[in-house]
Amino acid sequence: MISFFRRKRALAALVGLAVAGATLTGCASGTSSAGGAAPKGTYTFWDPYPQFDASSAWTKLVEKCGTEAGVTVKRTGYDTSDLTSKALLAGQQNNSPDLLLVDNPVVSTLADAGILTDTSETKTSTASVEKNILAAGQIDGKTYGVPIGANTLALYYNKKVLDAAGVDPSTITSWDALTSALEKISATGNKGITFSGIGTEEGSFQFLPWFWGSGADLTKLDSSDGVSALSLLTDWVNKGYAPNSVINNTQTTSWQEFLTGKFGFSENGTWQLAGVKTSGLDYGIISIPSKSGGAAPAPTGGEFLTIPVQKDTARYQVSEKIQSCLTSTKNYVSTDTTLSYVAPTAAAQQQQLAAQSDLKPWVTAVGDAKGRTSDNLGTKYPKISEQMWKAEQNALSGSQTPAAALQQAQTAAAAAIK
Amino acid sequence: MSTTIIERPEAPVPAGGPATAGPPARPTVKKRFRAEQLTAWAFILPVVAYLVIFYAYPLYRNVDLSLRDYTVRSFIDGNAPFVGFQNFVDVFQDPTFGPALRNTLLFTGVSIAFQFSFGMALAVFFFQNFRLSSTLRALFLVPWLLPLIVSASTWSWMMNSDSGVINSVIHGIGGAPVNWLTSPQWALVAVIIANVWIGIPFNLVILYSGLQNIPGDIYEAAALDGANAWQKFWRITFPLLKPVSAITILLGLVYTLKVFDIIWIMTKGGPGNASTTFAIWSYQLGFGSTLPNFSPAAAVGNLLIVIALIFGFLYLRVQRKQAQQ
Repeated sequence: MISFFRRKRALAALVGLAVAGATLTGCASGTSSAGGAAPKGTYTFWDPYPQFDASSAWTKLVEKCGTEAGVTVKRTGYDTSDLTSKALLAGQQNNSPDLLLVDNPVVSTLADAGILTDTSETKTSTASVEKNILAAGQIDGKTYGVPIGANTLALYYNKKVLDAAGVDPSTITSWDALTSALEKISATGNKGITFSGIGTEEGSFQFLPWFWGSGADLTKLDSSDGVSALSLLTDWVNKGYAPNSVINNTQTTSWQEFLTGKFGFSENGTWQLAGVKTSGLDYGIISIPSKSGGAAPAPTGGEFLTIPVQKDTARYQVSEKIQSCLTSTKNYVSTDTTLSYVAPTAAAQQQQLAAQSDLKPWVTAVGDAKGRTSDNLGTKYPKISEQMWKAEQNALSGSQTPAAALQQAQTAAAAAIK
Repeated sequence: MSTTIIERPEAPVPAGGPATAGPPARPTVKKRFRAEQLTAWAFILPVVAYLVIFYAYPLYRNVDLSLRDYTVRSFIDGNAPFVGFQNFVDVFQDPTFGPALRNTLLFTGVSIAFQFSFGMALAVFFFQNFRLSSTLRALFLVPWLLPLIVSASTWSWMMNSDSGVINSVIHGIGGAPVNWLTSPQWALVAVIIANVWIGIPFNLVILYSGLQNIPGDIYEAAALDGANAWQKFWRITFPLLKPVSAITILLGLVYTLKVFDIIWIMTKGGPGNASTTFAIWSYQLGFGSTLPNFSPAAAVGNLLIVIALIFGFLYLRVQRKQAQQ
């Protein structure tokens, strides 16, 4: 070894490394000292909106609410899929942000990890929030945050395509009516419907309106109702009413398909409303029908504003002020208009409707919607959901029948939540 | 991780002269020697610290994760119970294990076979040094220069069942369209095709540089003896390229085993488990749903590391043998 070190070149390289090492440690100590917050000082705020930069209205609103509470707020936007692990790691290292805005199915996971305060600790009022929207953040009678807005799924349709096939959208109130409409549309050479059946949470989110609309329950995936829902979608793909690409479609790619103007329907979310208006497409919106008739419950999407656990519990007071500022009626209206969401309180919904009457079907749809982690499913939901999207993939791709796929999913889900 | 370790050519250098063989004996030799040793240690310290912080500790954490039963709660408070090899047992008994193992082996094996033979063919082809050969060779490097997300997304557009260019070509020549990414029979083939395309430049570059080290007079002699092109390849190029080939294949193995981005972008491991490899499975367990399942994810990750390590040691052995020759 020593003879190795004698070589001049190796020595030089090592000195270089030593310098690099010193610089590295220098950097590390720099960041850690900056992390320690002053008593009042800076409050940290994480959200899943990386699309908004420092000059955006959203950042300005967050900062303004901080100023009103007498502190500076430092906002950081993360990618949605990144935020869960970031929040868990921060919780482990005891440096959670003061305020954390997360996708609603993640709330139960973070609450289960014990890194979120419930609203009784922070004295947050949730009285005005619609019950069905708030339920996604409730586990065992405790509420872990306030929704910042809600979105859900409905069917967008292309008027031109429907007219060409002689389909009247107002008659589509059940699965049978929808399937026969798809048949007529396909006969004209267009595709009937597009949706997202990808093997991620997105796929489950899009499958749920059909699953719930059949009357099935998440605790029993392979019930005959559940099988009828999966058979419905599988038949559409097999008969060519829906393109084969739905198996790999995200909601964005399925939306791009719809925008080509060659599709009758698209199962998609509230957030596409702003885009469809500028697309020049002659569109309309109907609720997703249930099996026997009427609107099916669709899952609620949207984020919850939570206050993670802090060592210094005195900070909750300020965090709560910022939270209630961001969830005031006025700010709900401006935030949810920017995000193309529906506000979670009746007062704010009315103001949104007054300014934008075409939001009406969405307000109704959000009213009928249901949280994925509701029914006290909590952290059981992600395990069930994983099996559900796998079953959908297996059935749509033809590797299993819907019944066999759901049976396998139920066995796996039951073992996972045991 | 293992790649970084094994890529250090210094590592297998045979140990130098005995450490104690210092300068000629003088009265102060002992003192001098100690100071020298201390300096040596001072110099080695940054490297050791670097290795410990960035390699040993994360590796230890990963092993620890896989031997405990972590839930999100115990991940935060750090009180996960020790369960021994239970996570590994669970992983082995999981219905996904069989398909994932099969897919990993197929993906790695078939990718390497095609990457290597195409790379070799192209290297020999470009070695003829015809006009434009360097321009064309540069063009072949394009897949290597593109960010993986760009090439994988482009492949997934091209292979789209309904609007992909590949299917419209197949349709144009009268064939039946193939559901490349969405049928259980084709999904793995589709990601292998994309991976082969991305891996060819690596093989081409290394094999081409290997070709340049073969002395030209051997070919001349062979030509005088009347050897044809085929004989030249099998009796000269191929045997003399063996050392380079071995390294190329072994590096490729380690590299292909852990391929994640291409598969994730193109199929997410689907439909169902049809294109799920160990790397994909590990990610799905750890980060795929809103409820992370860290311990089994770490167990699958460790299995991958072990497989890669085996190839890593093989690489070291081959390299040492070559150094001795």
